[in-house]
Amino acid sequence: MTDTKPFLALSGLTKAYPGVVANSDVSLSIAPGEVHALLGENGAGKSTLVKMIYGLVKPDSGQMQMNGAPFAPSEPRAARAAGVGMVFQHFSLFDALSVAENIALGMENAPKMGALSQQIRDVSDIYGLPLSPDRVVGDLSAGERQRVEIIRCLLQEPKLLIMDEPTSVLTPQEVEILFKTLRKLSAEGTAILYISHKLEEIRSLCDSATILRLGKVVGECTPAETSARDMAEMMVGTVLQTPTRAGKTPGDVVLDLKNLSAKSPSAFGMPLRDISVQVRRGEILGIGGVAGNGQDELLAALSGETLSAQGMVSFQGRDVGLLGPTPRRSMGILTAPEERLGHAAAPDMSLTENAMLTGAEREGLDKGGMLNWPAARRFAEKIIADFDVRTPGPGNAARSLSGGNLQKFVIGREVLQRPDLLVVNQPTWGVDASAAASIRQALLDLAENGTALIVISQDLDELMEISDRFAALNEGRLSEPRSAQGLTVDEIGLMMGGAHGMEVAHV
Amino acid sequence: MDLSVINPLLFIAGFLVAATPLIFAAMGELVVEKSGVLNLGVEGMMITGAICGFAVAVETGSPLLGFVAAAIGGALLSLLFAFLTQITLANQVASGLALTLFGLGISALLGQSYVGVKPPRLGDINFGPLTDIPVIGPILFTHDIILYLGIALVAATWAVLKFTRAGLILRAVGESHDAAHALGYKVVRIRTMAIMFGGACAGIGGAYISLIRVPQWTEGMTAGVGWIALALVVFASWKPWRLLLGAYLFGGITQLQLNLQGAGVAIPVEYLAMSPYVITIVVLVILSRDKSAAPASLGRNFHASS
Amino acid sequence: MIRLEKRPEPSRAVSLATPVLAVLATMFFGGLLFMILGKPPIQSILTIFWEPLFGEFAFYYRPQLLIKGAPLVLIAIGLSLGFKAGIWNIGAEGQYIMGALFGAGLGLAFYPLDAWYIFPLMVLAGAFGGWLWAMIPAFLKVRFGTNEILVSLMLVYVAEQFLASMSLGLLKNPEGFGFPGSRNLQQYDAAFNAELIEGSGMHWGVVAALIAVIFAYVLLTKHRLGFAIRVTGEAPRAAKFSGVNPMRLILFCMGMSGLLAGLAGMFEVAGPAGQVTIDFNVGYGFTAIIVAFLGRLHPIGILLAGGLMALTYIGGDIAQSNLGLPAAAIQVFQGMLLFFLLALDMFTNYRLRFGRSAEAV
Repeated sequence: MTDTKPFLALSGLTKAYPGVVANSDVSLSIAPGEVHALLGENGAGKSTLVKMIYGLVKPDSGQMQMNGAPFAPSEPRAARAAGVGMVFQHFSLFDALSVAENIALGMENAPKMGALSQQIRDVSDIYGLPLSPDRVVGDLSAGERQRVEIIRCLLQEPKLLIMDEPTSVLTPQEVEILFKTLRKLSAEGTAILYISHKLEEIRSLCDSATILRLGKVVGECTPAETSARDMAEMMVGTVLQTPTRAGKTPGDVVLDLKNLSAKSPSAFGMPLRDISVQVRRGEILGIGGVAGNGQDELLAALSGETLSAQGMVSFQGRDVGLLGPTPRRSMGILTAPEERLGHAAAPDMSLTENAMLTGAEREGLDKGGMLNWPAARRFAEKIIADFDVRTPGPGNAARSLSGGNLQKFVIGREVLQRPDLLVVNQPTWGVDASAAASIRQALLDLAENGTALIVISQDLDELMEISDRFAALNEGRLSEPRSAQGLTVDEIGLMMGGAHGMEVAHV
Repeated sequence: MDLSVINPLLFIAGFLVAATPLIFAAMGELVVEKSGVLNLGVEGMMITGAICGFAVAVETGSPLLGFVAAAIGGALLSLLFAFLTQITLANQVASGLALTLFGLGISALLGQSYVGVKPPRLGDINFGPLTDIPVIGPILFTHDIILYLGIALVAATWAVLKFTRAGLILRAVGESHDAAHALGYKVVRIRTMAIMFGGACAGIGGAYISLIRVPQWTEGMTAGVGWIALALVVFASWKPWRLLLGAYLFGGITQLQLNLQGAGVAIPVEYLAMSPYVITIVVLVILSRDKSAAPASLGRNFHASS
Repeated sequence: MIRLEKRPEPSRAVSLATPVLAVLATMFFGGLLFMILGKPPIQSILTIFWEPLFGEFAFYYRPQLLIKGAPLVLIAIGLSLGFKAGIWNIGAEGQYIMGALFGAGLGLAFYPLDAWYIFPLMVLAGAFGGWLWAMIPAFLKVRFGTNEILVSLMLVYVAEQFLASMSLGLLKNPEGFGFPGSRNLQQYDAAFNAELIEGSGMHWGVVAALIAVIFAYVLLTKHRLGFAIRVTGEAPRAAKFSGVNPMRLILFCMGMSGLLAGLAGMFEVAGPAGQVTIDFNVGYGFTAIIVAFLGRLHPIGILLAGGLMALTYIGGDIAQSNLGLPAAAIQVFQGMLLFFLLALDMFTNYRLRFGRSAEAV
């Protein structure tokens, strides 16, 4: 922060979508070399704001200035030409293409492949981000994929680097390495706009922060001098309730996995390797790990979407590995997958129909093949009432609900069916803080009443808050579960696989 | 039965001709599918190309102008498909079928006055003394220019897809339209251009049947070649040179069964005539285990929502 | 500036209105087409849509409506089950042919025996023939993951060759003076699918079509299997998650559509057509695809759409003889209908927004 003149200044940016104002009169400025945090909950308007800077979305009103001159990129190409680079959270890599090809696609004047590969090697050496240009991106780990994006930006020598939730796919050790890279860039004069909702990270990395709530700027601060609690309250707007739980002693073994191995159903998925673990009545087993290390596959193997060989999965003493989802559900194994739209729920179907989707057996909605729709409607209404789902009624389509409300519906649908074993993947992903708290409370209550739970999540704070025991998935293997109490971040990081291949890096 | 009536040299030269419509149609579809679009309307675009080419060739007396018209006709028809799938976001399978049904109808309508007409002939290229080389000469150097263009098309498509930035962008769009959009590529525009290229190629393939291979006009004369072309793209795992190989294989089978019919083999004509279709199925079965080469966005519609 | 914007949920009203709008648009542009062909546009349209129902010879054409509509509805009902689930059986034409061959073949095998059980057996044989032909792509898809679109379509060409071989060979009428084609089943009482009420056009195929409509309606609205079909089409992963076995669903949907197409073929060959000939099939299997979409894949809709499409066939014939409108023009007309339908379908899930987005809120 040698220069006080801002590199980029936004003033009065407003952008509305039908039914929602994503950004309202947002102003902020970033100086060269400054690491500026953009803080806010999911849905606070962070993504829309950076999309405007990157030329993906046009503001309805307001101005942007770069180095004092008007800046209005009509498309990402123009933004990139002006020195803006962006590392996306999702959706910007091509699985079937090589690292070099992926990088070439993000550059304006990509050199020949041979020369580009050399440049990639050079940059990855300088910034301590080891990466082989010839590998196919689909085979890379989440951390390595992020390196592809970062290097793609760095090759353009950006003056402003936008990072959208970069650490959600990294182990704690990998986060440290990323921060070293970012600090080095900042020292070289690159401005960094860092989007996150993780407060501790922001406190250790960022020079200044702008806090967004419901599309508006609600505060600015210097993170190092502000407590995490204060920032959280600015972000959420209310004082947070932490879930309560009573101490308890686990009961009988409900689920017993013995050397569970299974292929992944998708081309670039992760096979499960030799997973052995027991879960008891009244116990919550938290499973962490970087995304793409077998989370979806584990849920599918438990729900019955993928079958496994004899003896690998037993439930209350019975071998269920060869049973499909319907018989498992009848026995009391209920699950809620991560992807809400399209997996846990059918987007264009009504909530009544979506209640039928998993409720047919246990709620008695299916009488010899004939479906009882009025009863399904009542079940849907009960979920809506008990879980405070905001919707005009059960006749509305699933996709018309906001992410948080749909998640409450999906979790509520399973919880209300009195499971003996409940497996949930990312129960609070993309859900606002108060809804997240109520979902966590529902899970704790369920455990209290004797259900065995497996909670798979990438949010370590969440797992530490509700789990009795903790284990991590790494390359399809599950670490030895340990009691959640007293685990340190370093220990968790090592369980998650430490820094993938980062030992060779010399920063 | 007299197999000696089959002249091996003429047979090979013949199957190069039989394979050419397939090469064009399948090559066009390969590019379309590489961009992530599944156009099942190949048969409809081929038959439209067949009649457009035929009509223009007859009216102008120039077969080459006929081929140009066939390409334009196929591309125009494909524009309908592009409109349905890229603008109105209609289901690609249904839209492709609609294109085929519509193409069969419109070609029959356009072709009414051309039944029984003889088209002008497109002469073979004069290779001079090369034609006189024993064996190789009659096989390789006695063809029209379109046949060689077909082979050139394979080489060009391969090179463009593999080595150029345009090819890389096309593959990227087919792989993940969301990612391509996020990087600022115009997904709809790129796909529309790919669809039109596919339409033009299918049109030329159709005209090759009506102007050179048969050569005359009858309703529904493409008789499923467009569908075999679709199968061929799967067969080739979306790889141009494998596609060429596959086209020759099918060309060979078609030519062989025709020759066997001519030689009066003891197998009834109908069973010989169904053989290319049966073999297509068999090949599809053998090769369908490996789908990993398919573009990941194939058949999915794109709408930039925010 | 016009933009497309996704509706929060699909609009029912638009979904019901699009087929009607598509028919109107087709009438308009079809009229233009006829005008270009030098035919009077309004009179042509009237001939197609009015003449068969209310014209001078309506007493003759109205029964034809049932005869032409029944196979279309029967096939389209079967196809719609698969289409709803994202299973694309495009080879109904082939299954129709095989149903006809199996049914007629069985009947002819009994010739000249006169027994009550012959016709019911033919019905079973026809259904079996169509089912069998559809199970080939179904089995290959389930077992090897082969694309069912291509395989079912290839099998149409195979079936057509098979039909040619049969009508020239095994099933050829020994007393037919060497002409290709089988004995005429209309002259073989035990195998004849006769009109149930004289002059009404009502034959067993029409009854079967009505039963199929009711069956499909109950299946889709009330039964677990129908729900499974709908969920699979909307969200395949959600269906699998809920416990649907996609393999079994493919076998069911393909089998069912083949069975119904086979039945349609059998009723046609034993009734209105009467004879196995090289070109006895007239493309019902393909037209039924249009019928299925025009009917919004809904049983009642398909019933109406089948009637409408039958009307264009009959009206087209009249226009051909009265006005000299080429047969191909009717084919184009039908294709156009599908185009407009698909294009207008967008408005079920999206709406147009005019002006800048800021004003849209």
